Amino acid sequence: MAHAIFDEMGGPGGDVRQAYRKLQSWLEETPLDILTLRREEAETFFRRIGITFAVYGEGGDPERIIPFDIIPRIIEAAEWKLISEGLMQRVRALNAFIADVYGAQEILRAGLVPRDQVLLNDTYRYQMQGVSVPHNVYTHIAGIDMVRVGAEDFYVLEDNCRTPSGVSYMLENREITMRLFPDLFSRYNVAPVDHYCDELMRTLASVAPRNCPGEPTVVVLTPGIYNSAYYEHSFLADQMGVELVEGPDLYVMDDIVYMRTTQGPKRVDVIYRRVDDEFLDPLTFKPDSVLGVAGLMNAYRAGNVNLTNAVGAGIADDKAIYTYVPKMVEFYLGEKPILKNVPTWRCSEKDDAAYVLEHLAELVVKEVHGSGGYGMLVGPKSTKEEIEAFGVRVKAAPDKYIAQPTLALSTCPTFVDEGVAPRHVDLRPFILSGADIRVVPGGLTRVAMREGSLVVNSSQGGGTKDTWVLKDRGA
Amino acid sequence: MMLARTADNLYWIARYMERAENLARMLRVTDRLSLMPSGADADGSEWHSTVIVSGAEEDFYRKYDEATPENVISYLAFDMENPSSIRSCIETARRNARAVRTALTTEQWECLNSAWLELPRWNETRVRGSGLHRFLDWVKDCSLLFTGGTVATMLRRDSYYFTRLGTFIERSDNTARILDVKYHVLLPEHAEVGGGIDYYQWASILRAVSGYRSYNAVYKEGLKPWLIAEFLVMREEMPRSLIGCAAEVKECLDKLGEEYGQRHECHRVAGQIYSRLRFGKVEDIFRQGLHEFLSEHIETNDRLGLEISRSYLLG
Repeated sequence: MAHAIFDEMGGPGGDVRQAYRKLQSWLEETPLDILTLRREEAETFFRRIGITFAVYGEGGDPERIIPFDIIPRIIEAAEWKLISEGLMQRVRALNAFIADVYGAQEILRAGLVPRDQVLLNDTYRYQMQGVSVPHNVYTHIAGIDMVRVGAEDFYVLEDNCRTPSGVSYMLENREITMRLFPDLFSRYNVAPVDHYCDELMRTLASVAPRNCPGEPTVVVLTPGIYNSAYYEHSFLADQMGVELVEGPDLYVMDDIVYMRTTQGPKRVDVIYRRVDDEFLDPLTFKPDSVLGVAGLMNAYRAGNVNLTNAVGAGIADDKAIYTYVPKMVEFYLGEKPILKNVPTWRCSEKDDAAYVLEHLAELVVKEVHGSGGYGMLVGPKSTKEEIEAFGVRVKAAPDKYIAQPTLALSTCPTFVDEGVAPRHVDLRPFILSGADIRVVPGGLTRVAMREGSLVVNSSQGGGTKDTWVLKDRGA
Repeated sequence: MMLARTADNLYWIARYMERAENLARMLRVTDRLSLMPSGADADGSEWHSTVIVSGAEEDFYRKYDEATPENVISYLAFDMENPSSIRSCIETARRNARAVRTALTTEQWECLNSAWLELPRWNETRVRGSGLHRFLDWVKDCSLLFTGGTVATMLRRDSYYFTRLGTFIERSDNTARILDVKYHVLLPEHAEVGGGIDYYQWASILRAVSGYRSYNAVYKEGLKPWLIAEFLVMREEMPRSLIGCAAEVKECLDKLGEEYGQRHECHRVAGQIYSRLRFGKVEDIFRQGLHEFLSEHIETNDRLGLEISRSYLLG
């Protein structure tokens, strides 16, 4: 995979790719100080409406805004067709896998995924064994992180099956781009994303428990205002027109969940929870959690309420399990996987570990359960000392690590201090699964704002871009 | 129907914004009074009385020996240890707002969020001299923008009525306090308002509730303590009068009762407060003693607040 870096605008040969031509000429005719002005306006907009993101443990402004890059990233209709079909296929397989794990465990019996990797995994929830959930769907909202390394080369980097965040940025970024650059926007035929929240609502309503008496009552459960993604929780609740609740707003009586309202108790049927498994119910998980609801798991297992995403869905997005996803697609769907996985070495296996330790300087090494870009090593970007220190950690607990080749992530023109320059990007589209499965044409493009950096995570100073999926007759 | 916590938050956002506004009004009037050339009042007792009106007397004197302008402004405007300082009010209102964003309109949210973003720019140093009035005007503007935004943009249903309840319960309390303490400090007898300092002080009560020009428009016979009290207690056309607030509170509760199809103890208490003001006579109030009357009002108003919480906000 020793590709040259693929630039989404420039393409391999340096000729501006079809989809980017109008953007290119717009960039040429727009002076830099106008871009600077627009960027400031965007920042004011984000601050004013309070789209903030908390970064833990660094002091400073507790309500930081994620840098927004004003230059959109463009995906052509044909490219998107391939991506979205691949995404839906992958998420179907992931859901089938989770259902299988908590059901008949056929894939374990077939020996395709090692039993221990699943049953001894920290994300496996024995409490879910044998519990059936509506439509057999576990990851109702999935965020699949993808990278591009060539014109036709898309790889899945990571599956997020628990509580993927970022969709509010997809929507607000579009909002702000349309406001700041109506002239540029109107030159393109961009597929809309605004209906995401309607689709989300439809998805959530479609997985109401079978014994739900009427129109299901849906709520969004948030850990509260100090959570890093609180803005998103309130945004989604607002857009869907449902209540945003915290643990203490809910209680369980006779295995039925109620919320406390101005007119007394009101039964709740579907909880889109943005609280992690371990905090959901102090009677089942962490006993000192104040974020959850005592008795919630009993109500859930009794089929009186549905939780999205399902408890235990994390078993499918564990980085060690990731390597088996292409096999899952074949096993459950009998199809060839459309999207590729990045080749991955599992340090839990002796040969792989030996190879990884020898090649640390070339590889990206990640903690199996880590997320947000914490606890990872980017070999080619690290000092000798950092590499050695990391090597010691891998040797001490090889099971905790996987490694991947350093991918040449594609770049996209980005407005930075030096002017417009290429920066590395990834893509997180969101896939909704309920009675059926759907993807809104778009996603969150994350961009590493520093030159050469491959780390796009917002907790590490990454920014975001509006992502334009073109309609068929566009460009 | 709505989440009890959300209703509670809306109610308190409105109360805190109203409280911030009233504090700003009081500080403004106090500052104005302190500029008056005066004989007897050169001791600065107007700053002391402002501390009393704000209800923070005990905590203030635990921290300071003397009610100097600097101490009072610092404590009532900026002190985060004082949960009712202007800064605390705006911080709390915005924190509550963040927790119930989905129940607020964009206009309401942006008003509270902008106030909060702007807040750190104000401090004791910046309000020295003419800065004080700019700051107090700004606070008043924020509150008026919030109240105006509420009326202009919020859907007329439970969430609106809970917000409005917060405004009027708080305002009723504040007007009663302003009248009570000033009345005591200034002039216990039914005397005519004399010239000079008296005049300014009575005018200051009216100014604190934006009622100076309104009073003149209604009475046209100069400032008289009797009439000023009547104006602030029993004239329904005066939007900050006790009866004005009581009428709004009653109206909000009636709407909630209609929407939910159920009435509670708070409806009875609100009705009682309103009819007492509506059918009472100002002579009787003075016979009972204005101070006694106002203390009782403040107490009943508190009880009404508790009943509203019990009926709706605790879930």
